[in-house]
Amino acid sequence: MQLTGAEALIKSLEQQGVDTVFGLPGGAILPVYDPLIDSTIRHILVRHEQGAGHMAEGYALATGRPGVAMVTSGPGATNIVTPIGNAHMDSTPLVVITGQVATGSIGTDAFQECDITGITMGITKHNFLVQSAQEIPRAVAAAFHLATTGRPGPVLIDVPKDVTQSMMDWWYPSTVEEYDLPGYRPEVPLDEDAVARAVALIAQSERPVLYVGGGTLKSRASKELLAFAERTGMPVVTTLMARGAFPDSHEQHLGMPGMHGFYAAVTAIQRSDLLISLGARFDDRVTGKISAFAAGAKVIHVDIDRAEFNKVRHADVALQSNIAAALKALDALDATPKSLKSWWKEIRSWQAKYPLVYDEPAVDGPLRPQHVVASIAQKADPGTIVTSGVGQHQMWAAQFWQFEEPGTWINSGGAGTMGFGVPAAIGAKVGRPDRTVWCIDGDGCFQMTAQELVTARSEGIPIKVAILNNAYLGMVRQWQEMFYDERYSEVYLSADLPDYVKWAEAMGCVGLRATNLKEMEDVIDEANRINDVPVVIDFRTDSSEKVFPMVASGASNDDIMVHPSQRGGAM
Amino acid sequence: MSPEPFLGATSHTPVRHHILSVLVENKAGVLARIAGLFARRGFNIYSLAVAPAESHARFSRVTIVVDAESAPLEQIVGQLDKLVNVVAITDLAPHDAVERELLLATIQTDVANRTSLLDTLASAGAAIVDVDPGAVTVMLAGTPAACDQLERALEDFSEVELHRTGRVALPRLGEAAPH
Repeated sequence: MQLTGAEALIKSLEQQGVDTVFGLPGGAILPVYDPLIDSTIRHILVRHEQGAGHMAEGYALATGRPGVAMVTSGPGATNIVTPIGNAHMDSTPLVVITGQVATGSIGTDAFQECDITGITMGITKHNFLVQSAQEIPRAVAAAFHLATTGRPGPVLIDVPKDVTQSMMDWWYPSTVEEYDLPGYRPEVPLDEDAVARAVALIAQSERPVLYVGGGTLKSRASKELLAFAERTGMPVVTTLMARGAFPDSHEQHLGMPGMHGFYAAVTAIQRSDLLISLGARFDDRVTGKISAFAAGAKVIHVDIDRAEFNKVRHADVALQSNIAAALKALDALDATPKSLKSWWKEIRSWQAKYPLVYDEPAVDGPLRPQHVVASIAQKADPGTIVTSGVGQHQMWAAQFWQFEEPGTWINSGGAGTMGFGVPAAIGAKVGRPDRTVWCIDGDGCFQMTAQELVTARSEGIPIKVAILNNAYLGMVRQWQEMFYDERYSEVYLSADLPDYVKWAEAMGCVGLRATNLKEMEDVIDEANRINDVPVVIDFRTDSSEKVFPMVASGASNDDIMVHPSQRGGAM
Repeated sequence: MSPEPFLGATSHTPVRHHILSVLVENKAGVLARIAGLFARRGFNIYSLAVAPAESHARFSRVTIVVDAESAPLEQIVGQLDKLVNVVAITDLAPHDAVERELLLATIQTDVANRTSLLDTLASAGAAIVDVDPGAVTVMLAGTPAACDQLERALEDFSEVELHRTGRVALPRLGEAAPH
């Protein structure tokens, strides 16, 4: 069967089971958009290519399947660089297809030419510049294989226009060997010796902590984690990237560690004698000052990526493995710590002394942002998916929403990409139309990517967006208040400009506003009643609210600052 | 690549260098992927030599001398191994490897310096590969230390143009020294 390269590309995506592509056409990718009309694949036409990338990420994180985005060459390609970098930091499986100028024009500074494989070399797991139409099926199959196996990540396929316009004999690789990846070996056999040494370390431990990272979600190991944690009785912390990997309601769960982590979670790590890291990477936002991080703990580091071992923190036992397989192996050998009775007693005292708190909201407003998050969460359907941008609102969402299952918390962790929330929510809703999707956003973040609500309305994707509008770039404001003598440099945005309600309405969404407690309850209820169009709520929140607990940048986790109402006495 | 010399045994070799013999797919951009990785991770390269490997047109061998003080070797190898086009990495500690390098130098000559130049070349075991009335081009294929030695000896002569290839290496035969 003779096909054009463009037809082969679409057919290859169909072969991979792709049901949705997020994208925006342009000159170099034009040939591929023609056969798309006849395909079963749903295309979501975005308003900016960055939106396509973040939607694909949201889709991937909500479904566990790779997200697919397609854009044109030059600025189309550079506009999707931020989502690619974001997916790379958070190990999100993504396949990004970019058009490229014709092979004969490459290197001539042709119209809309840019070296996107060069630009994304450091922020993709791998990328391809396809040289002939005949190679398209192999490139697509290899890209999906790379994106989804081992440590997942973004893969980019750059396809020149003459390649998509020329003819090929249809074929599709049926075995991994045909992918032609001689250097790629994502699975390694489990190191039985390392497992045995891990069991021995666990057996000596009296103060262990299960330090659960995003890799646990990526390897779908929540069931194994629950079984292991319940059998051993160990306390569990879930990082920002792992929220939902272990039920927040579980009594062994201490919450999130790190810069804005729960006091008990941060302190349990600091006092532990054994850290069992499951797909976590000792990020600086978790460790604080690294030399002071869990100084008395031995470390069992489980990760699929061996380059994570000893990168930041020495691993006493390094176990290269899928998290589920490693936990099963530890269970099989009945790895058991010593009695944890006094350890739990200590932990419970920290939990009792320093729970997460916020000041009582005043009836007439302004609203407390934490209270807004908690109120939305309380009225939300079970299994609601939450996305966020980056900043204070993200931390409050991570703190005050109860996550009970994988894939319900979607945010930008490693890269900290403002504006992630709205497009990620759209992608998540496309992937999981059965779920309610709330985006907890900040006013600064919302302004970066809000135009994608036009996409959401026109494509019939009814997400709900809560803007915690404090009129500031809140996290920067918090740092300026605490560490820069309250010298507020370039952080004021205004609560009224833009008018978020009018803006939402202009984009075909329902726009609501709440300034006091009564209105807050009412608009949340109203938003929950609307299921056909996107809803945007402008919550007017207190600008002076800060995220606590907090470990200052570069400080030791021992110097955690709790909420002002909990201070006084020994801290 | 850092131009700063290490305070080591020679001007060209760091105290703690390792030789990575890396088999890569012979595809466009592979060298850029390796160089880019070293640059963004802050790993130092001392020398780098690339040529097709064995008889396969499909693979090339890249010999990289890395500074194991700029980053732990485990980290360098681990990150390098994640490059999809990297097929195999052999880590050669200096005492486990046979290392050779090629040096080419053109030296301006006159009646006054000719005798001492010939003496220098003879003692280094270098060969003359090109001559004209005012200059000679010489070559030395030898250990990096021998190349260092000749390079230093040639500092006595003015107007020297000198090139070195960077080393290639293979595992030493017979008993390998323990790590």
